[in-house]
Amino acid sequence: MPPRHRGAPEPAERRELLSAGDVARTIARMAHQVIEKTSLGASDAGPVVLLGIPTRGAPLAHRLARRVAEFSGVEVGVGTLDVTLYRDDLRRKPTRPLGETELPVGGIENALVILVDDVLFSGRTIRAALDALRDAGGRPRAVQLAVLVDRGHRELPIRADYVGKNVPTARSEEVHVLLSETDDRDAVLLNRAGEGA
Amino acid sequence: MKHLLGTDGLDPDTARVILDTAEGLKKTLLGREVKKLPTLRGRTVITLFYEDSTRTRVSFEIAGKWMSADVVNVSAKGSSVKKGESLRDTALTLAAAGADCVIVRHPASGAAHRLASWLSHTNTSVVNAGDGTHEHPTQALLDMATLRERLGGVEGRRIAIVGDVLHSRVARSNVHLLTSFGAEVVLVAPPTLLPTAVGDWPVGAAGSLVVSHDLDPELPTLDAVMLLRVQAERMHGGFFPSAREYSIAYGLNEARASLLPEHAVVLHPGPMLRGMEISHAVADSARAAITEQVTNGVHVRMAVLYHLLAGEEDAA
Amino acid sequence: MSTTVIRGAKPYGEGDPVDIEIRDGVITAIGTGLDTGGAEVIDAGGLVALPGFVDLHTHLREPGREDTETIETGSRAAALGGYTAVFAMANTDPVADNAVVVEHVWRRGREVGLVDVHPVGAVTVGLKGEQLAELGTMARSAARVRVFSDDGLCVADPLVMRRALEYTRALDAVIAQHAEEPRLTVGAQAHEGELAARLGLAGWPAVAEEAIVARDCLLAKHVGARLHVCHVSTAGTADVLRWAKERGTRVSAEVTPHHLLLDDERLNTYDPVNKVNPPLRTASDAKALREALAAGTLDCVATDHAPHAAQDKDCEWSAARPGMLGLQTALPIVVATMVEPGLLDWRGVARVMSERPAEIGGLPDQGRPIAVGEPATLTLVDPAGRWTVRGAELASIAANTPYEGMDLPGTVVLTLLRGEVTARDGKATA
Repeated sequence: MPPRHRGAPEPAERRELLSAGDVARTIARMAHQVIEKTSLGASDAGPVVLLGIPTRGAPLAHRLARRVAEFSGVEVGVGTLDVTLYRDDLRRKPTRPLGETELPVGGIENALVILVDDVLFSGRTIRAALDALRDAGGRPRAVQLAVLVDRGHRELPIRADYVGKNVPTARSEEVHVLLSETDDRDAVLLNRAGEGA
Repeated sequence: MKHLLGTDGLDPDTARVILDTAEGLKKTLLGREVKKLPTLRGRTVITLFYEDSTRTRVSFEIAGKWMSADVVNVSAKGSSVKKGESLRDTALTLAAAGADCVIVRHPASGAAHRLASWLSHTNTSVVNAGDGTHEHPTQALLDMATLRERLGGVEGRRIAIVGDVLHSRVARSNVHLLTSFGAEVVLVAPPTLLPTAVGDWPVGAAGSLVVSHDLDPELPTLDAVMLLRVQAERMHGGFFPSAREYSIAYGLNEARASLLPEHAVVLHPGPMLRGMEISHAVADSARAAITEQVTNGVHVRMAVLYHLLAGEEDAA
Repeated sequence: MSTTVIRGAKPYGEGDPVDIEIRDGVITAIGTGLDTGGAEVIDAGGLVALPGFVDLHTHLREPGREDTETIETGSRAAALGGYTAVFAMANTDPVADNAVVVEHVWRRGREVGLVDVHPVGAVTVGLKGEQLAELGTMARSAARVRVFSDDGLCVADPLVMRRALEYTRALDAVIAQHAEEPRLTVGAQAHEGELAARLGLAGWPAVAEEAIVARDCLLAKHVGARLHVCHVSTAGTADVLRWAKERGTRVSAEVTPHHLLLDDERLNTYDPVNKVNPPLRTASDAKALREALAAGTLDCVATDHAPHAAQDKDCEWSAARPGMLGLQTALPIVVATMVEPGLLDWRGVARVMSERPAEIGGLPDQGRPIAVGEPATLTLVDPAGRWTVRGAELASIAANTPYEGMDLPGTVVLTLLRGEVTARDGKATA
């Protein structure tokens, strides 16, 4: 069974919300925000770890880490955190393959963990990520959330600390993030109801 | 996938997904203090064992519990099974009581298939944990997981299965899975312990199956050797003259093991008869993967439960 | 007395349709345009008239397992299948190894009256294969036993078999052997072949049958006795029989409809409805059996009708009892496997379903020619008829048919036992 390609939409009725250039600029801006908000590089700042949520949160985390290093000179830990086994909607969909969980060498003990995902929607994925993080071993100092797109419609009391772009959407619409690591290019697309993957 | 009844006819892609999941689970749980995952919370898994088998039952039980399923063990001893209730009634009772999955071990070949047909109108999944001398699919999957770790895969590899193939469900499940993954399987046994026309069995198109009665010339060509347990009742069944003669001809001792290539792996489904089919030193040597098999067994069974129970019902 | 005229039937499916007049259970005239004044007329246009079928091998289960079949329900199934005589096997509970039991079976058969029920006597006491049962007493009883068999079990001891064969020479009787070398079939579950081996079902090798048939043929020849071989299932047995007959052995043999039609591919589902003893063999065995039946190497078709309760079939394979229903499906299977492919014509069907089994079983008034002065013991068959088998609709109490849902050719329209209608249009008359 192939992984779900949230970023492989049908061509019909879709609008580009972010171009490739926009995506790059957005990530760069988020990197600046991370540096500022975490006081990165300050003598009293603890370790920071970016954990991407597969599929597309993982390359985003790596891109964000590279930008942060570029702008601040500080190498932050980066890894991935698969939440499949913690999802509360497993029984609503065909069985999903597992993603990778790869914690950075230093672990997450006492680190500021920033979860990274492509789209923030109901918030259920993030809740699953918090559960997965609790079991992953180690106790983070704090946990924050970075998303490329926040499309609203939250079903849980969860909000992002870093948002690339807020996009008002109808519930029936679909937001697709494309990244060159997993797709053919960088873009963010909005699909009308019933279109796309 | 609703049931796991055997590896005969198991689509290699499905097997691969299960193995990848097992690998992912193993990595996820590596070094963790708390092994528990919430994935199957609220799901009920019943192990229904009509034969004694501590290792398989415990492996399934741990797998279920690490996935947070409620695991109930039913054994032929101390249940209505002993009172003469039919397998069919027992199965229907367990399904009606809310079992999401029944893991069955039974001395009759085909028992798991029968169970699945009786439960076809329910949502209850069936896992074959060994039916007579037919199949034991999770054993073959855990053997494959171990071989993938040790050898990187089995495609084009030459793997011997040595011993009582005739009565071995482990051998049958391994023949189908290994050949469907492209391995060349050599069955090594005296003619009395080989199934009828085994050389003509339809096997996975990617691999092949050959038969030999002589272990020594095979050893230098092997990437792995899988030893089967010699059951005491076979020794008295006239299938071979004596335990001593069997051990001399087919036992893997140090001298024989030294004929294997450096990288070759030794597997045994357990429980082992040290000194009979495997010598003490070989069983404890670095090439023996016997404890890894046990560890992988838990992860493979977790993966099987995940694929049977985690997704939506009626998912293909 | 009443007169019946069957109008427009073709005896043996040959020639132009004729009318058959029956008075007092006897055929009194055969011709065209017979006077039907005052007679009951049975329109048989398009039907084939055959002598009533004789089954050498039926399990009626009474006494002992009346939950699966009784002499009454089994007689009904027989009449519906076109049978006018059946031989009821001895493996009842108690075993039919004495005059009391065989006379009970014989009397119950007469009371029901749908088919002549001839009890088979056991060869050995309790079917144990050790001590000869009172064969002479059974032969001289009211039941006039002429066929002895331990069916279900083999008379394996060569000395016991020799004595049985020798002893029955004086009784004008025949030993019907269930040929299964017990040491070669310990724990056997299915035909020893590639498929059973893959499925982990312990093998029942062809040689276990062939070795006993060869031995028994040699013994029968040696003592000059008659031997009948039950349910031949392998090509090799047909070879042995051909050889034995060529050298003058007094041996006859039967084949079951299921061994003519089905093969071990059926094992795949593990559904014990396909479990039978001897087991379903390979497709090439089935082909060889069809050819041997056509050639006369195999003398007749016998059903081995074996009713079993649902709980003894709807279970795991190894726990299931072997056997299948057969009385109502025998003719259609013979039509499908022998008539339609051109291996047998209707005269051949009369031979293998009626005449030869009557001879082997020693029944002087069954399997008779369709001719004036002969008993009106007849079966009318619609060769163009088709029906779909439903186990629950069969007359037997048990429903273990392997042909469930199959669409089969050839229907029995009417069965007459000495002029009395015993089944008509799918309904038994008692």
